[in-house]
Amino acid sequence: MRKRYLIDRGSRGLLLICATASVAVLLAIAVFILQRSLPAFGEIGLLDFLLGTKWDPNPVGDTPPSFGILVMIVGTVLVTLGALVIAIPLGLGCAVLLADMAPHHFRQILRPAVELLTGIPSVVYGLVGLVLIVPLVRQIGGPGLSLAAGIIVLAAMILPTVISISEDSIRAVPRIYREGALALGATSWQTMWRVVLPAARSGIAASIVLGMGRAVGEAMAMVLVIGMAKAMPNSLLDPARPMAPGIALETGYAGGIHLSALFAIGVVLFLFIVIINSIAIVVFKRGARA
Amino acid sequence: MKASMKWVLLVLAGILALSMVAVGCGRELSGTITEAGSTTVQPLAELLADEYMAKHSGVQVTIGGGGTSVGITSVNNGTVDIGAASRELKSDEPQLVKHLLAKDGIAIVVKPGNPVSGLTKTQVRDIFGGVIKNWKDVGGSDHAINVVVRESGSGTRTAFEEMVMAKPEPAVAIASTALEQNSNGGVKQVVGGDSYAIGFISFGYIDSTVKALSIDGIEATAENAKSDTYPIVRPLYFLTKEAPTGLVKEFIDFCLSDEGQAIVADEGYVSIS
Repeated sequence: MRKRYLIDRGSRGLLLICATASVAVLLAIAVFILQRSLPAFGEIGLLDFLLGTKWDPNPVGDTPPSFGILVMIVGTVLVTLGALVIAIPLGLGCAVLLADMAPHHFRQILRPAVELLTGIPSVVYGLVGLVLIVPLVRQIGGPGLSLAAGIIVLAAMILPTVISISEDSIRAVPRIYREGALALGATSWQTMWRVVLPAARSGIAASIVLGMGRAVGEAMAMVLVIGMAKAMPNSLLDPARPMAPGIALETGYAGGIHLSALFAIGVVLFLFIVIINSIAIVVFKRGARA
Repeated sequence: MKASMKWVLLVLAGILALSMVAVGCGRELSGTITEAGSTTVQPLAELLADEYMAKHSGVQVTIGGGGTSVGITSVNNGTVDIGAASRELKSDEPQLVKHLLAKDGIAIVVKPGNPVSGLTKTQVRDIFGGVIKNWKDVGGSDHAINVVVRESGSGTRTAFEEMVMAKPEPAVAIASTALEQNSNGGVKQVVGGDSYAIGFISFGYIDSTVKALSIDGIEATAENAKSDTYPIVRPLYFLTKEAPTGLVKEFIDFCLSDEGQAIVADEGYVSIS
């Protein structure tokens, strides 16, 4: 009796340590990047940093360096939204097909294929984009390395996340819902669109938010295909410079205030992710209540 | 008993003599040397290290990248024995001991098939500064120029800026619309795939996928760089914190010897001897 009690208490303690460790790591990361970014915020000033449109850490001649990241913020927002616009309809369509409509053997092939896509390293997506997508975009116009190429590659990268989580949540909708709708004379499309999808909406929202998180943080693939120019993009065919690849591109050579400014971009990126996840939590709660 | 004792002594003496001969003639070096820094120097340093290790099997030379700034910091705080720099040290950087390893020309490259085969230095400056935006203004086809540069902080970019964008004064900044890549290989890849792109890479990276333009009528060749007629040439340095001693000195001496400089020339860099 006493032994069982001890095992129970002991394992509870162990689990508590595991849980605290992950929170501690998160806290350590937050404190570390914040602390490393402070010199940059102090020297540049928050507003100049966030709203400045010129990023030139090592200017030629006697010009003082400038650290404005508005172009990068706009780049991150545009490339993420663009990727979602492509990935949401495609991903949802594929999820519906996999969950409800595909013949068994078809699903048997498609499902593992989608799961495999999730595991492909991002740099591979970038390389494929560089040799496949970029020349195609170049034929339409511009230098090829562009917002459009970035959006297409990023959409392909978040598609598997959107598909697999949406499919799970569509599958989790109780059978009675479908049977009830069909019994009332609804067609299978009406059943899916009016009954099943609304019932699965919190899971679908989760898939979108997770995809968004991956899109905001993607660096390696973007460095290869998006062009990384420092000017504000005027069209989809222009290059852009999102925040995450903006950090990855320059860390190798950065020192002093330049390095600190890169950490400051990391803080902004961190806030982006926190906001996205907070929205997700609110959405889930509302979904669960409904 | 006595005879066998004699034999043992004889054999021992033989071993002793042999081992002394081995020590005397080999004077075998052993130990490790670490190097880090400029990615322009890296492929060259790797070849020099391979050659050196082939000659002295007891020595392990580790070559790393990271960029000129990393090389300077690392050698200054003692993380590595030798740093590599592909530009002059700036006044606010630690003043280390420089060993001129080679010189390197920076080539202005386009895709083979581009009708333009030469530019003036002023045209190069105007193209990268965003003043000339169309190939037809420099004798090419009527199409926008896609400028490809290295990222901020890169030794190749800094050297290019100092030699092209900042001369003559006042300095012109590289256009913000320029595409950025974070390696010589990346720039070569983009330029080699785009008929309307222009970029700059180190001489050592030139191959058949890109065409090097002549500048002010002077071909981008190692001979022209060596004779200082080609206008965009920069020094490549090995850096040490203090005057090198021991193994590090041996390695640097090897790199600067005729044998090491032959490797430098073979790789398309400009030898200093």
